[in-house]
Amino acid sequence: MKFFRNLPVFCAAVLLALAAFGVSPASAATKSIILATTTSTQDSGLLDVLIPTFEKDTGYMVKTISVGSGQAMKMGEKGEADVLLVHSPDAEKKFVAEGFGINRRLVMHNDFIIVGPAADPAKIKAEKSSKEALKKIAAANALFLSRGDNSGTNALEKKLWKATGLTVEGQKWYQQTGLGMGETLNIAAEKKGYTITDRGTYLALKKTLGLDILVEGDASLLNIYHVIEVNPAKWPKVNSAGAKAFADFVVSRKAQAIIKTFGIKKFGSPLFFPDAGKKE
Amino acid sequence: MDLILEGLLKAFHLIVSLDAEVLGITWLSLKVSGSATLISVVIGISCGMLVALNRFPGKKLLVSVVNTGMGLPPVVVGLFVTVFLWRNGPFGFLDILYTPSAMILAQAIIATPIVMGISIAALQNLPAKLRFQILSLGATRLQMVGILIREARLPLMAAVMAGFGGVISEVGASIMVGGNIMGYSRVLTTATVMETGRGNFDVAFALSIILLLLVFLVNYIFTLIQQRERPR
Repeated sequence: MKFFRNLPVFCAAVLLALAAFGVSPASAATKSIILATTTSTQDSGLLDVLIPTFEKDTGYMVKTISVGSGQAMKMGEKGEADVLLVHSPDAEKKFVAEGFGINRRLVMHNDFIIVGPAADPAKIKAEKSSKEALKKIAAANALFLSRGDNSGTNALEKKLWKATGLTVEGQKWYQQTGLGMGETLNIAAEKKGYTITDRGTYLALKKTLGLDILVEGDASLLNIYHVIEVNPAKWPKVNSAGAKAFADFVVSRKAQAIIKTFGIKKFGSPLFFPDAGKKE
Repeated sequence: MDLILEGLLKAFHLIVSLDAEVLGITWLSLKVSGSATLISVVIGISCGMLVALNRFPGKKLLVSVVNTGMGLPPVVVGLFVTVFLWRNGPFGFLDILYTPSAMILAQAIIATPIVMGISIAALQNLPAKLRFQILSLGATRLQMVGILIREARLPLMAAVMAGFGGVISEVGASIMVGGNIMGYSRVLTTATVMETGRGNFDVAFALSIILLLLVFLVNYIFTLIQQRERPR
Protein backbone atom coordinates (compact mmCIF):
# COMPACT_ATOMS: atom_id res chain seq x y z
CA MET A 1 0.00 0.00 0.00
CA LYS A 2 2.44 2.60 -1.18
CA PHE A 3 -0.32 5.12 -1.42
CA PHE A 4 -0.37 5.49 2.32
CA ARG A 5 2.93 7.27 1.98
CA ASN A 6 1.01 10.14 0.48
CA LEU A 7 -1.25 10.50 3.47
CA PRO A 8 0.87 13.14 5.24
CA VAL A 9 0.79 15.16 2.03
CA PHE A 10 -2.99 15.00 2.00
CA CYS A 11 -3.24 16.00 5.64
CA ALA A 12 -0.92 18.92 5.02
CA ALA A 13 -3.08 19.98 2.08
CA VAL A 14 -6.18 19.93 4.26
CA LEU A 15 -4.51 22.11 6.88
CA LEU A 16 -3.22 24.44 4.19
CA ALA A 17 -6.70 24.70 2.74
CA LEU A 18 -8.06 25.75 6.11
CA ALA A 19 -5.27 28.24 6.64
CA ALA A 20 -5.61 29.64 3.14
CA PHE A 21 -9.24 30.39 3.69
CA GLY A 22 -8.34 32.13 6.91
CA VAL A 23 -10.76 30.26 9.08
CA SER A 24 -9.11 29.86 12.41
CA PRO A 25 -10.94 28.18 15.27
CA ALA A 26 -12.75 30.59 17.56
CA SER A 27 -9.98 32.88 18.70
CA ALA A 28 -11.73 34.98 21.30
CA ALA A 29 -13.42 32.08 23.03
CA THR A 30 -13.65 33.62 26.46
CA LYS A 31 -15.13 36.75 25.00
CA SER A 32 -18.02 34.99 23.36
CA ILE A 33 -21.34 34.17 24.96
CA ILE A 34 -23.96 31.71 23.82
CA LEU A 35 -27.42 33.20 24.14
CA ALA A 36 -30.21 30.69 23.74
CA THR A 37 -33.43 32.49 23.05
CA THR A 38 -36.86 32.20 21.53
CA THR A 39 -37.74 32.58 17.91
CA SER A 40 -39.97 35.55 18.73
CA THR A 41 -37.09 37.80 19.83
CA GLN A 42 -35.21 36.88 16.65
CA ASP A 43 -38.10 36.94 14.18
CA SER A 44 -39.31 40.31 15.44
CA GLY A 45 -35.86 41.77 14.84
CA LEU A 46 -35.38 43.00 18.43
CA LEU A 47 -32.10 41.16 18.89
CA ASP A 48 -30.66 42.71 15.73
CA VAL A 49 -30.85 46.02 17.58
CA LEU A 50 -30.01 44.95 21.13
CA ILE A 51 -27.04 42.70 20.48
CA PRO A 52 -24.87 45.02 18.38
CA THR A 53 -25.30 47.66 21.11
CA PHE A 54 -24.23 45.19 23.79
CA GLU A 55 -21.29 43.97 21.72
CA LYS A 56 -20.09 47.51 21.11
CA ASP A 57 -20.37 48.44 24.80
CA THR A 58 -18.68 45.40 26.28
CA GLY A 59 -16.55 43.77 23.58
CA TYR A 60 -18.26 40.42 24.05
CA MET A 61 -19.39 38.51 21.02
CA VAL A 62 -22.88 37.07 21.33
CA LYS A 63 -23.72 33.83 19.59
CA THR A 64 -27.47 33.90 19.38
CA ILE A 65 -29.07 30.53 18.98
CA SER A 66 -32.73 31.10 18.31
CA VAL A 67 -34.86 28.11 19.22
CA GLY A 68 -38.04 27.58 21.19
CA SER A 69 -37.99 28.37 24.91
CA GLY A 70 -38.18 24.65 25.67
CA GLN A 71 -35.09 23.85 23.64
CA ALA A 72 -33.31 26.94 25.00
CA MET A 73 -33.79 25.66 28.53
CA LYS A 74 -32.64 22.18 27.50
CA MET A 75 -29.44 23.77 26.22
CA GLY A 76 -29.10 25.54 29.56
CA GLU A 77 -29.65 22.29 31.44
CA LYS A 78 -26.77 20.74 29.52
CA GLY A 79 -24.53 23.75 30.05
CA GLU A 80 -24.47 24.39 26.30
CA ALA A 81 -25.66 27.97 26.67
CA ASP A 82 -24.52 30.78 28.97
CA VAL A 83 -27.61 32.90 29.22
CA LEU A 84 -31.25 32.49 28.27
CA LEU A 85 -33.89 34.99 27.18
CA VAL A 86 -37.12 33.06 27.31
CA HIS A 87 -40.87 33.32 27.84
CA SER A 88 -42.19 30.19 29.42
CA PRO A 89 -42.70 31.15 33.10
CA ASP A 90 -43.78 27.78 34.50
CA ALA A 91 -40.88 25.94 32.89
CA GLU A 92 -38.49 28.72 33.89
CA LYS A 93 -39.43 28.44 37.55
CA LYS A 94 -38.79 24.73 37.39
CA PHE A 95 -35.49 25.34 35.61
CA VAL A 96 -34.31 27.68 38.38
CA ALA A 97 -35.71 25.51 41.17
CA GLU A 98 -33.75 22.54 39.87
CA GLY A 99 -30.57 24.59 40.12
CA PHE A 100 -29.85 24.96 36.40
CA GLY A 101 -30.32 28.70 36.34
CA ILE A 102 -29.65 31.67 38.58
CA ASN A 103 -30.65 35.32 38.71
CA ARG A 104 -33.92 35.03 36.82
CA ARG A 105 -34.94 38.58 36.10
CA LEU A 106 -37.96 40.18 34.48
CA VAL A 107 -37.14 41.88 31.17
CA MET A 108 -40.24 42.80 29.22
CA HIS A 109 -43.67 41.69 28.19
CA ASN A 110 -46.14 41.85 25.42
CA ASP A 111 -49.14 39.66 24.93
CA PHE A 112 -50.33 36.67 23.04
CA ILE A 113 -53.19 37.02 20.61
CA ILE A 114 -55.39 34.58 18.80
CA VAL A 115 -55.28 35.28 15.10
CA GLY A 116 -57.19 33.78 12.23
CA PRO A 117 -58.67 34.44 8.82
CA ALA A 118 -60.92 37.47 8.41
CA ALA A 119 -63.83 35.19 7.50
CA ASP A 120 -63.60 33.76 11.04
CA PRO A 121 -65.44 30.46 10.49
CA ALA A 122 -65.60 29.70 14.24
CA LYS A 123 -67.00 33.16 15.04
CA ILE A 124 -64.57 33.96 17.83
CA LYS A 125 -64.11 37.65 17.06
CA ALA A 126 -64.75 39.90 20.03
CA GLU A 127 -64.77 36.90 22.34
CA LYS A 128 -63.35 38.20 25.61
CA SER A 129 -62.13 34.94 27.05
CA SER A 130 -59.44 32.97 25.28
CA LYS A 131 -60.84 29.79 26.80
CA GLU A 132 -64.26 30.33 25.24
CA ALA A 133 -62.65 31.23 21.92
CA LEU A 134 -60.71 27.96 21.84
CA LYS A 135 -63.85 26.03 22.75
CA LYS A 136 -65.61 27.61 19.78
CA ILE A 137 -62.75 26.73 17.45
CA ALA A 138 -62.94 23.14 18.65
CA ALA A 139 -66.72 23.03 18.33
CA ALA A 140 -66.53 24.35 14.77
CA ASN A 141 -63.74 21.90 13.89
CA ALA A 142 -61.92 24.91 12.46
CA LEU A 143 -58.30 24.44 11.51
CA PHE A 144 -55.93 25.38 14.34
CA LEU A 145 -52.16 25.48 13.87
CA SER A 146 -50.08 24.63 16.92
CA ARG A 147 -46.35 25.24 17.16
CA GLY A 148 -45.93 21.78 18.66
CA ASP A 149 -42.29 22.50 19.55
CA ASN A 150 -42.31 23.03 23.34
CA SER A 151 -41.63 26.71 22.80
CA GLY A 152 -42.97 29.31 25.22
CA THR A 153 -45.90 29.97 22.91
CA ASN A 154 -46.59 26.28 22.62
CA ALA A 155 -46.47 25.89 26.41
CA LEU A 156 -49.02 28.66 26.85
CA GLU A 157 -51.22 27.24 24.12
CA LYS A 158 -51.22 23.82 25.76
CA LYS A 159 -52.07 25.40 29.08
CA LEU A 160 -55.05 27.17 27.52
CA TRP A 161 -56.29 24.00 25.85
CA LYS A 162 -55.94 22.18 29.16
CA ALA A 163 -58.15 24.81 30.77
CA THR A 164 -60.88 24.05 28.23
CA GLY A 165 -60.81 20.41 29.28
CA LEU A 166 -60.73 19.23 25.68
CA THR A 167 -58.29 16.75 24.17
CA VAL A 168 -57.08 18.23 20.94
CA GLU A 169 -54.04 16.14 20.03
CA GLY A 170 -54.89 13.81 17.22
CA GLN A 171 -57.92 15.80 16.12
CA LYS A 172 -58.00 16.38 12.39
CA TRP A 173 -58.48 20.13 12.72
CA TYR A 174 -55.57 20.47 15.18
CA GLN A 175 -52.26 20.47 13.34
CA GLN A 176 -48.74 20.84 14.71
CA THR A 177 -46.19 22.60 12.55
CA GLY A 178 -43.11 21.95 14.67
CA LEU A 179 -41.72 25.25 13.35
CA GLY A 180 -40.94 28.71 14.65
CA MET A 181 -43.53 31.42 15.18
CA GLY A 182 -42.91 33.21 11.89
CA GLU A 183 -43.22 30.06 9.84
CA THR A 184 -46.27 28.89 11.75
CA LEU A 185 -47.97 32.23 11.08
CA ASN A 186 -47.18 31.88 7.40
CA ILE A 187 -48.73 28.43 7.36
CA ALA A 188 -51.80 29.61 9.25
CA ALA A 189 -52.20 32.43 6.72
CA GLU A 190 -51.78 30.08 3.80
CA LYS A 191 -54.19 27.45 5.13
CA LYS A 192 -56.60 29.99 6.62
CA GLY A 193 -56.31 28.55 10.08
CA TYR A 194 -56.26 29.93 13.61
CA THR A 195 -53.18 30.13 15.75
CA ILE A 196 -51.85 31.72 18.92
CA THR A 197 -48.92 34.07 18.50
CA ASP A 198 -47.02 36.66 20.44
CA ARG A 199 -47.96 40.14 19.31
CA GLY A 200 -44.38 41.08 18.41
CA THR A 201 -43.93 38.43 15.74
CA TYR A 202 -47.44 39.04 14.43
CA LEU A 203 -46.84 42.77 13.99
CA ALA A 204 -43.49 42.15 12.36
CA LEU A 205 -45.09 39.83 9.81
CA LYS A 206 -48.47 41.46 9.51
CA LYS A 207 -47.93 42.99 6.09
CA THR A 208 -47.64 39.65 4.33
CA LEU A 209 -50.07 37.61 6.42
CA GLY A 210 -53.67 38.56 5.90
CA LEU A 211 -54.57 37.22 9.36
CA ASP A 212 -56.65 39.31 11.76
CA ILE A 213 -56.37 39.68 15.52
CA LEU A 214 -59.51 38.01 16.81
CA VAL A 215 -58.98 37.65 20.55
CA GLU A 216 -56.78 39.86 22.71
CA GLY A 217 -56.57 41.41 26.14
CA ASP A 218 -57.39 38.34 28.23
CA ALA A 219 -55.22 38.21 31.36
CA SER A 220 -54.24 34.62 30.58
CA LEU A 221 -52.64 35.85 27.35
CA LEU A 222 -49.84 37.80 29.02
CA ASN A 223 -46.43 37.02 27.52
CA ILE A 224 -43.54 37.64 29.89
CA TYR A 225 -39.84 37.44 29.05
CA HIS A 226 -37.15 36.69 31.61
CA VAL A 227 -33.41 36.55 31.39
CA ILE A 228 -31.75 33.66 33.24
CA GLU A 229 -28.05 33.02 33.72
CA VAL A 230 -27.02 29.39 33.49
CA ASN A 231 -25.68 28.19 36.81
CA PRO A 232 -21.86 28.00 36.59
CA ALA A 233 -21.77 25.85 39.72
CA LYS A 234 -23.39 23.11 37.67
CA TRP A 235 -21.38 23.62 34.50
CA PRO A 236 -17.89 25.07 35.05
CA LYS A 237 -17.42 25.72 31.33
CA VAL A 238 -20.21 28.28 31.31
CA ASN A 239 -19.02 31.83 30.65
CA SER A 240 -20.63 33.23 33.78
CA ALA A 241 -19.03 36.67 33.59
CA GLY A 242 -20.29 37.09 30.05
CA ALA A 243 -23.71 35.76 30.97
CA LYS A 244 -23.97 38.21 33.85
CA ALA A 245 -22.81 41.09 31.64
CA PHE A 246 -25.50 40.27 29.10
CA ALA A 247 -28.25 39.82 31.68
CA ASP A 248 -27.26 43.09 33.36
CA PHE A 249 -27.33 44.80 29.99
CA VAL A 250 -30.78 43.53 29.06
CA VAL A 251 -32.28 44.97 32.25
CA SER A 252 -30.17 48.15 32.07
CA ARG A 253 -31.76 51.49 31.41
CA LYS A 254 -30.13 51.67 28.00
CA ALA A 255 -31.49 48.36 26.75
CA GLN A 256 -34.88 48.99 28.30
CA ALA A 257 -35.08 52.26 26.39
CA ILE A 258 -34.30 50.42 23.15
CA ILE A 259 -37.01 47.85 23.92
CA LYS A 260 -39.49 50.60 24.69
CA THR A 261 -39.16 52.28 21.31
CA PHE A 262 -38.39 49.23 19.18
CA GLY A 263 -40.81 48.81 16.33
CA ILE A 264 -42.68 52.10 16.74
CA LYS A 265 -41.22 53.56 13.59
CA LYS A 266 -41.73 50.47 11.49
CA PHE A 267 -44.97 49.03 12.83
CA GLY A 268 -46.69 52.03 14.38
CA SER A 269 -46.72 50.55 17.86
CA PRO A 270 -44.12 49.08 20.19
CA LEU A 271 -43.64 45.31 20.01
CA PHE A 272 -42.47 44.88 23.61
CA PHE A 273 -42.98 46.74 26.88
CA PRO A 274 -39.92 47.05 29.17
CA ASP A 275 -40.47 45.70 32.68
CA ALA A 276 -37.05 45.52 34.31
CA GLY A 277 -37.13 46.07 38.04
CA LYS A 278 -40.91 45.78 38.25
CA LYS A 279 -42.69 43.28 40.44
CA GLU A 280 -44.49 40.47 38.63
CA MET B 1 -46.48 37.09 -9.21
CA ASP B 2 -45.83 40.31 -7.31
CA LEU B 3 -43.51 38.46 -5.03
CA ILE B 4 -41.40 37.08 -7.84
CA LEU B 5 -41.06 40.50 -9.40
CA GLU B 6 -40.34 42.11 -6.04
CA GLY B 7 -37.78 39.42 -5.29
CA LEU B 8 -36.04 39.92 -8.62
CA LEU B 9 -35.97 43.67 -8.10
CA LYS B 10 -34.71 43.26 -4.56
CA ALA B 11 -31.98 40.86 -5.71
CA PHE B 12 -30.94 43.29 -8.42
CA HIS B 13 -30.95 46.13 -5.92
CA LEU B 14 -28.94 44.16 -3.33
CA ILE B 15 -26.34 43.17 -5.89
CA VAL B 16 -26.01 46.55 -7.56
CA SER B 17 -25.90 48.50 -4.29
CA LEU B 18 -23.25 46.08 -2.97
CA ASP B 19 -25.16 45.68 0.28
CA ALA B 20 -22.45 45.01 2.86
CA GLU B 21 -24.42 42.42 4.83
CA VAL B 22 -25.46 40.44 1.76
CA LEU B 23 -21.94 40.58 0.36
CA GLY B 24 -20.61 39.27 3.66
CA ILE B 25 -23.14 36.45 3.72
CA THR B 26 -22.38 35.53 0.11
CA TRP B 27 -18.65 35.59 0.71
CA LEU B 28 -19.02 33.40 3.79
CA SER B 29 -21.14 30.90 1.85
CA LEU B 30 -18.43 30.67 -0.76
CA LYS B 31 -15.66 30.47 1.82
CA VAL B 32 -17.31 27.78 3.94
CA SER B 33 -18.56 25.62 1.10
CA GLY B 34 -15.38 26.19 -0.91
CA SER B 35 -13.17 25.06 1.98
CA ALA B 36 -15.42 22.09 2.67
CA THR B 37 -15.32 21.08 -0.99
CA LEU B 38 -11.55 21.44 -1.08
CA ILE B 39 -11.18 19.19 1.96
CA SER B 40 -13.62 16.67 0.54
CA VAL B 41 -11.83 16.66 -2.81
CA VAL B 42 -8.46 16.01 -1.20
CA ILE B 43 -9.80 13.23 1.01
CA GLY B 44 -12.42 11.94 -1.43
CA ILE B 45 -10.23 11.63 -4.49
CA SER B 46 -7.23 10.23 -2.63
CA CYS B 47 -9.24 7.69 -0.68
CA GLY B 48 -11.26 6.98 -3.82
CA MET B 49 -7.98 6.30 -5.62
CA LEU B 50 -6.86 3.92 -2.86
CA VAL B 51 -10.11 2.00 -3.04
CA ALA B 52 -10.37 1.94 -6.82
CA LEU B 53 -6.81 0.79 -7.48
CA ASN B 54 -6.49 -1.85 -4.81
CA ARG B 55 -8.12 -5.17 -4.33
CA PHE B 56 -8.90 -6.13 -0.77
CA PRO B 57 -11.54 -8.12 1.12
CA GLY B 58 -14.64 -6.12 1.93
CA LYS B 59 -14.13 -3.72 -0.96
CA LYS B 60 -17.70 -4.06 -2.19
CA LEU B 61 -19.01 -3.47 1.29
CA LEU B 62 -16.84 -0.36 1.68
CA VAL B 63 -17.97 1.01 -1.68
CA SER B 64 -21.61 0.43 -0.70
CA VAL B 65 -21.03 2.31 2.53
CA VAL B 66 -19.48 5.21 0.63
CA ASN B 67 -22.33 5.19 -1.87
CA THR B 68 -24.82 5.25 0.99
CA GLY B 69 -22.91 8.22 2.38
CA MET B 70 -23.69 10.08 -0.83
CA GLY B 71 -27.23 10.35 0.49
CA LEU B 72 -26.21 11.39 4.00
CA PRO B 73 -28.91 13.78 5.23
CA PRO B 74 -27.37 17.13 6.26
CA VAL B 75 -29.52 17.37 9.40
CA VAL B 76 -28.21 14.02 10.58
CA VAL B 77 -24.65 15.23 10.08
CA GLY B 78 -25.57 18.50 11.78
CA LEU B 79 -26.98 16.72 14.79
CA PHE B 80 -23.98 14.42 15.19
CA VAL B 81 -21.45 17.20 14.73
CA THR B 82 -23.35 19.39 17.23
CA VAL B 83 -23.43 16.67 19.87
CA PHE B 84 -19.75 15.90 19.37
CA LEU B 85 -18.74 19.56 19.51
CA TRP B 86 -20.79 20.48 22.57
CA ARG B 87 -18.76 22.06 25.34
CA ASN B 88 -19.36 19.00 27.42
CA GLY B 89 -19.13 16.64 24.47
CA PRO B 90 -16.10 14.58 23.40
CA PHE B 91 -14.62 17.36 21.23
CA GLY B 92 -15.78 20.27 23.38
CA PHE B 93 -12.19 21.32 24.02
CA LEU B 94 -11.93 22.47 20.39
CA ASP B 95 -14.46 25.16 21.21
CA ILE B 96 -15.63 25.52 17.61
CA LEU B 97 -19.39 24.94 17.88
CA TYR B 98 -21.32 27.86 16.33
CA THR B 99 -18.34 28.97 14.26
CA PRO B 100 -17.65 28.84 10.51
CA SER B 101 -15.02 26.15 11.23
CA ALA B 102 -17.75 23.86 12.56
CA MET B 103 -19.75 24.52 9.40
CA ILE B 104 -16.77 23.61 7.24
CA LEU B 105 -16.34 20.41 9.23
CA ALA B 106 -19.99 19.41 8.85
CA GLN B 107 -20.07 20.27 5.16
CA ALA B 108 -16.83 18.38 4.52
CA ILE B 109 -18.44 15.33 6.11
CA ILE B 110 -21.42 15.73 3.79
CA ALA B 111 -19.34 16.28 0.65
CA THR B 112 -16.60 13.68 1.14
CA PRO B 113 -18.69 10.58 0.41
CA ILE B 114 -20.18 12.30 -2.65
CA VAL B 115 -16.75 13.11 -4.07
CA MET B 116 -15.33 9.76 -3.05
CA GLY B 117 -18.21 7.71 -4.45
CA ILE B 118 -18.10 9.38 -7.86
CA SER B 119 -14.28 9.23 -7.86
CA ILE B 120 -14.29 5.49 -7.29
CA ALA B 121 -16.67 5.02 -10.20
CA ALA B 122 -14.65 7.39 -12.36
CA LEU B 123 -11.33 5.68 -11.68
CA GLN B 124 -12.71 2.17 -11.98
CA ASN B 125 -14.03 3.14 -15.37
CA LEU B 126 -10.51 3.65 -16.68
CA PRO B 127 -9.10 0.69 -18.61
CA ALA B 128 -7.59 -1.68 -16.07
CA LYS B 129 -4.42 -2.17 -18.09
CA LEU B 130 -3.77 1.56 -18.34
CA ARG B 131 -1.85 1.82 -15.09
CA PHE B 132 0.36 -1.17 -15.86
CA GLN B 133 1.16 0.44 -19.18
CA ILE B 134 2.01 3.72 -17.48
CA LEU B 135 4.19 1.96 -14.91
CA SER B 136 5.94 -0.13 -17.52
CA LEU B 137 6.88 3.05 -19.39
CA GLY B 138 8.89 3.97 -16.30
CA ALA B 139 6.56 6.32 -14.43
CA THR B 140 6.72 6.45 -10.65
CA ARG B 141 3.59 5.58 -8.66
CA LEU B 142 2.98 9.27 -7.98
CA GLN B 143 3.28 10.14 -11.68
CA MET B 144 0.89 7.32 -12.45
CA VAL B 145 -1.67 8.76 -10.03
CA GLY B 146 -1.27 12.13 -11.73
CA ILE B 147 -1.86 10.64 -15.17
CA LEU B 148 -4.89 8.66 -13.99
CA ILE B 149 -6.42 11.81 -12.51
CA ARG B 150 -5.85 13.61 -15.78
CA GLU B 151 -7.39 10.74 -17.72
CA ALA B 152 -10.47 10.72 -15.51
CA ARG B 153 -10.70 14.49 -15.46
CA LEU B 154 -14.25 14.77 -16.79
CA PRO B 155 -15.98 12.54 -14.22
CA LEU B 156 -13.66 13.74 -11.42
CA MET B 157 -14.67 17.35 -12.07
CA ALA B 158 -18.26 16.15 -12.01
CA ALA B 159 -17.47 14.73 -8.56
CA VAL B 160 -16.15 18.12 -7.44
CA MET B 161 -19.24 19.88 -8.76
CA ALA B 162 -21.55 17.39 -7.10
CA GLY B 163 -19.71 17.84 -3.80
CA PHE B 164 -19.85 21.61 -4.00
CA GLY B 165 -23.49 21.54 -5.05
CA GLY B 166 -24.29 19.29 -2.11
CA VAL B 167 -22.86 21.64 0.49
CA ILE B 168 -23.56 25.12 -0.88
CA SER B 169 -27.25 24.22 -0.98
CA GLU B 170 -27.59 22.49 2.38
CA VAL B 171 -29.16 24.28 5.31
CA GLY B 172 -29.84 21.68 7.97
CA ALA B 173 -26.28 21.18 9.16
CA SER B 174 -25.22 24.80 8.73
CA ILE B 175 -28.00 26.16 10.89
CA MET B 176 -27.38 23.57 13.61
CA VAL B 177 -23.61 23.81 13.91
CA GLY B 178 -23.24 27.42 12.76
CA GLY B 179 -26.21 28.92 14.58
CA ASN B 180 -27.02 31.46 11.85
CA ILE B 181 -25.27 34.22 13.80
CA MET B 182 -25.50 37.62 12.17
CA GLY B 183 -22.26 38.75 10.58
CA TYR B 184 -20.45 35.63 11.71
CA SER B 185 -21.93 32.32 10.66
CA ARG B 186 -24.91 33.37 8.56
CA VAL B 187 -24.76 31.99 5.03
CA LEU B 188 -27.14 32.37 2.09
CA THR B 189 -29.20 29.27 2.86
CA THR B 190 -29.63 29.93 6.58
CA ALA B 191 -30.40 33.60 5.91
CA THR B 192 -33.08 32.52 3.42
CA VAL B 193 -34.72 30.29 6.03
CA MET B 194 -34.63 33.10 8.58
CA GLU B 195 -36.01 35.77 6.26
CA THR B 196 -38.81 33.40 5.25
CA GLY B 197 -39.62 32.95 8.94
CA ARG B 198 -39.72 36.70 9.32
CA GLY B 199 -42.13 37.01 6.44
CA ASN B 200 -39.61 38.98 4.38
CA PHE B 201 -40.31 36.93 1.29
CA ASP B 202 -38.81 39.49 -1.04
CA VAL B 203 -35.46 39.38 0.76
CA ALA B 204 -35.63 35.57 0.95
CA PHE B 205 -36.32 35.44 -2.76
CA ALA B 206 -33.48 37.82 -3.48
CA LEU B 207 -31.07 35.73 -1.41
CA SER B 208 -32.15 32.61 -3.31
CA ILE B 209 -31.44 34.31 -6.61
CA ILE B 210 -28.01 35.39 -5.38
CA LEU B 211 -27.35 31.81 -4.26
CA LEU B 212 -28.33 30.47 -7.67
CA LEU B 213 -26.08 33.01 -9.39
CA LEU B 214 -23.20 32.06 -7.12
CA VAL B 215 -23.66 28.35 -7.78
CA PHE B 216 -23.88 29.01 -11.49
CA LEU B 217 -20.72 31.11 -11.47
CA VAL B 218 -18.72 28.52 -9.57
CA ASN B 219 -19.96 25.68 -11.72
CA TYR B 220 -19.24 27.67 -14.84
CA ILE B 221 -15.62 27.96 -13.75
CA PHE B 222 -15.50 24.26 -12.86
CA THR B 223 -16.99 23.40 -16.23
CA LEU B 224 -14.42 25.51 -18.03
CA ILE B 225 -11.69 23.54 -16.28
CA GLN B 226 -13.47 20.29 -17.04
CA GLN B 227 -14.03 20.96 -20.72
CA ARG B 228 -10.59 22.44 -21.37
CA GLU B 229 -8.92 21.05 -24.46
CA ARG B 230 -6.54 18.33 -23.49
CA PRO B 231 -2.92 19.48 -23.91
CA ARG B 232 -1.22 17.23 -26.41
